[in-house]
Amino acid sequence: MIRFIDVYKEYDNGTKALKGINLRIDDGEFVFLVGPSGSGKSTIIKLITGEIALTQGKLMVNGYSMSNISPRQVPLMRRTLGIIFQDFRLIDKKTVYENLSFAMRAIGASPRDVKRRIPYVLQLVGLEKKADRYPGQLSGGEQQRVAIARALVNNPNMIIADEPTGNLDPSRSLEIMMLLERINDLGTTVLVVTHEKNLVNRFTKRVVAIQDGRIINDETGGYYNGAKI
Amino acid sequence: MARRFDFKYYCSEGFHSIFTHGFMSFAAVCMIVACLLIMGSFSLVAVNLDHMLGDLEAENEFLAYVDESYTEEQAQALQSQIEAVPNVSQVTFVTRAEAMDDFRAGREDNELLESLPDSVLRDRFRIHVVDIEQLQATSEAVEEITGIAYVNAAYDIAQGFVMVRNIATGVAVVLVGILAVVSLFIIANTIKLATFYRREEIAIMKMCGATNAFIRWPFVVEGMILGLTGALVAFFVQWGVYELVAKAVIQSNGLSLLTILPFGSLALQFLLVFIVAGLLIGVVGSVLAIRKFLQV
Repeated sequence: MIRFIDVYKEYDNGTKALKGINLRIDDGEFVFLVGPSGSGKSTIIKLITGEIALTQGKLMVNGYSMSNISPRQVPLMRRTLGIIFQDFRLIDKKTVYENLSFAMRAIGASPRDVKRRIPYVLQLVGLEKKADRYPGQLSGGEQQRVAIARALVNNPNMIIADEPTGNLDPSRSLEIMMLLERINDLGTTVLVVTHEKNLVNRFTKRVVAIQDGRIINDETGGYYNGAKI
Repeated sequence: MARRFDFKYYCSEGFHSIFTHGFMSFAAVCMIVACLLIMGSFSLVAVNLDHMLGDLEAENEFLAYVDESYTEEQAQALQSQIEAVPNVSQVTFVTRAEAMDDFRAGREDNELLESLPDSVLRDRFRIHVVDIEQLQATSEAVEEITGIAYVNAAYDIAQGFVMVRNIATGVAVVLVGILAVVSLFIIANTIKLATFYRREEIAIMKMCGATNAFIRWPFVVEGMILGLTGALVAFFVQWGVYELVAKAVIQSNGLSLLTILPFGSLALQFLLVFIVAGLLIGVVGSVLAIRKFLQV
């Protein structure tokens, strides 16, 4: 579960990125976070992942209070999240399998757990036959599915996808979204940051719209209404 | 899931990344070899100079003259007392007759000396010291012994030696220090360059929830392996170069004024110092270089 309570964020250069965000995402939800570039979407993601600290307010992420989290606890907090990026961020010199096993070893999983878990996750994203390929040998859509598999491999409470379809063509994008929807159906909370209106409108999900550091619309079952932004 | 020290994983990761980043590993090893060689060569020159000065110092001796009233037997009996004085390494008894022979040698044509009796000279001890710096104290201690009339020691020459040696040591220490700092700087930059390519990888690990220790250990292992490799390569290259130089010096050195220490006598110390320095450089360099990238 994520709770933003009156969160402000001002960067060192004086940019006021967030101006009083109140947001609650419950376990099991599927949420689109939408808004134009520079609206504060990335800041919200970075606050959740602990890359930056908030200036004012309170933020809870899966039971961790981000306003006074100790550096030692940040890795433990991150293990409750699976993060997916626009540029995939796979390690080019490791195979698909190694990219996943590496994420599992990073949190102290035993070789036995790794052997059991990875085939299951690869099958979930439909890449069971490409385990020995390197990222450079895969298409963009496949690479993003590897990234999703990596986010899932440690069984997190929540998946955070930051513009996951930004580098993909429309049909691949739809595939990725459907995969995320399926993951949500299996019980994982999913937060997708995007500015692709058409894609959002194909699903009937909760849409949180943000502009100029404020939430301007939050409709459950709604859609990305361009007119309102 | 248990958090534990996954030794096998760290070793295999560290080992593999040496090969996946082959060129940077090669560059780092080359830098370590170059730095160790420069410092090693300089140290070898310094050690040899020190040794040669030591040889020259060992030539330095002083004379202690025995009281004239002592018979030769009585005088000779003083030897054990002199030997008991601290810092005395070697004592040779010289009778008046031998001293006179020495004195006459080379002055054969001088008739005045023909009739000179041995008794104008005293029985004496020729004394070598261990540490030339304490020559004065030692000679004074010998002079205290009953039966020794006086001593004749060349303090000026001794002090000259001590000064030359102190200057040489000082220069060597300063130069080796400067070289060490320069080496560390170069190696830290090489490793920084190497890890710069991996900042992405580190960022990904952090996003997966890896602890700093988990990320750092493979780098430490890698640094150790690179450092050790560099140390061993440097050691054997140093050995080869030293043997070649030693051969050349001995061949061109008809008067054998220069003595070169055999490498074998220094090999173990050099190997140990190289290994320790190589490991230290590798590990410290790695840890310093990735520190910046860990703050994500």
